[in-house]
Amino acid sequence: MLADLIESLAKIVFIFTVNVGVFAPILGWVERKQSAVMQDRIGANRADILGFTAIGLFHSLADAVKLLTKEDFVPANANKFFHTLAPFIALVPAISAFAIIPFGGRYELFGREINLVIADLDVGILYVFALAGLATYGTVLAGWSSRSNWSLLGGLRASAQMLSYEVAMGLSIIGIIIVYGSLRLTDIGAAQENFFRWGIFLQPVGFIIYMTCAIAENKRIPFDIPEAESELVAGYFTEYSGMKFVMFWMAEFLEMVTISAIVTTLFFGAWHIPFVTDAMLLSWFSGFAGPNGAAALAMAVNIAVFFAKVSFFIWLQMTIRWTLPRFRYDQVMRMCWKMLLPLSLINLSITGLVVLLL
Amino acid sequence: MGLKLSRWTVTRNLMGGKAEDAGPERLLDGSVILTRLEAAVNWARKYSFFLYPFVTACCGMEFMSVAGPRYDLDRFGAALPRFSPRQADLLMVVGTISHKQAPILVKVYNQMAEPKWVFAFGVCAVSGGFYDNYSVVQGIDTLIPVDIYVPGCPPRPEMVLDGLLLLQQKVKQERWTDWPRGEAPVSRC
Repeated sequence: MLADLIESLAKIVFIFTVNVGVFAPILGWVERKQSAVMQDRIGANRADILGFTAIGLFHSLADAVKLLTKEDFVPANANKFFHTLAPFIALVPAISAFAIIPFGGRYELFGREINLVIADLDVGILYVFALAGLATYGTVLAGWSSRSNWSLLGGLRASAQMLSYEVAMGLSIIGIIIVYGSLRLTDIGAAQENFFRWGIFLQPVGFIIYMTCAIAENKRIPFDIPEAESELVAGYFTEYSGMKFVMFWMAEFLEMVTISAIVTTLFFGAWHIPFVTDAMLLSWFSGFAGPNGAAALAMAVNIAVFFAKVSFFIWLQMTIRWTLPRFRYDQVMRMCWKMLLPLSLINLSITGLVVLLL
Repeated sequence: MGLKLSRWTVTRNLMGGKAEDAGPERLLDGSVILTRLEAAVNWARKYSFFLYPFVTACCGMEFMSVAGPRYDLDRFGAALPRFSPRQADLLMVVGTISHKQAPILVKVYNQMAEPKWVFAFGVCAVSGGFYDNYSVVQGIDTLIPVDIYVPGCPPRPEMVLDGLLLLQQKVKQERWTDWPRGEAPVSRC
């Protein structure tokens, strides 16, 4: 009982530290540097502490301190309670979606089986979609409670876009569920031990549809019409200042991490290294480290591999964000209902047919 | 005061503190780092300007040049343009402000969240420039408080960068009591 509690707490603290402590602040800096590199600039590099600049990393610290000490503005006539609540509703699903994502396999450590996932739900992937639906409320509430025309228009656009893309996103994942025969993410991860059984080989169309819909769901360029600067000032968070405004950004960055983690788990072999099975890893390490040491080493290697893949997909999303211009509003809707939705339905029928015949 | 320049006084100067405040640290022989909260917050503010580009005229081209790859405003931490005044710190008034435009400028200034600074970019914003006539505001400081004046028609990007560095020097020396600034002094314009 106590051991279970300690194990869960350790996993929660680890995931929380990695997401909120490492990814959220560092991604702001990464995005800045990535844009600088892609535009042939140098990028932020002047903020120094005792003469050290750490290639611009302290700019994230400077931004955070400045935003914390900035005036917290609530518009006159706005609904103060909902105006304050909205950023929290946007941020909490982004953090808690990571609870069901396995960042490693199962290991036998000191006679205890350790399963590297916070909550091993048997409806795993549905939980992610439920939380993605909840994130819509934060955006819509922010737009509605600000009592500003731009915010309201941004909120309406966000609700239309996020609800539409959720349909195509859900249908693109069903192909994967049919192939692996499970909703549980640890099972899907474990089924991809063989390199040629990775989701990307079995469901290539599903991957493309999911990635597109996930970026649209996260409201990043080229799908950032809810905040389109040239049309709506800053969209649904026009009236937010200081830390509340940055909470929407943190939610965006953390959702980016979650999307990358889900893509890794469903399509890119989760924690597995290509052509290396878990048993092979264990047998290599047990040669010099003993059974417990081997399990610990294998665990460390698998976690590192998982987060390396996640970092790659974060990089991919940032490259897309700094490459493409924004779609027009009707183009976004047409792309969802007339292209992605039929495509995912066709993908689903063909997958079902093939699985039935084999 | 003994003129022994310990590691302390040097760091204090780097972080924006004053050398004569370094008494306690000298007693502790440089084994701890002390800084004032004000100095730390000012350090953060000076490296994190979110711009509001209020671009009305030809100086805008020069603003794009200074924000672009060759001169790269992002190096000083002032890259991110926010088009909502609530989220902006530095109001860049780039170009000629006519009397028709003046109420809009004042409104945008009043909408910005504290702390806020104003940068007069180009000679038209500074003093009206050669538009010495009935339709142009003769300097935006007749409407709102201005922190940095950068003349030129248009100013060279180097001048703008120099102006930004001077603004950083100014922000470094600010006290808590300088804020809030409140609304613009004009009510009709």
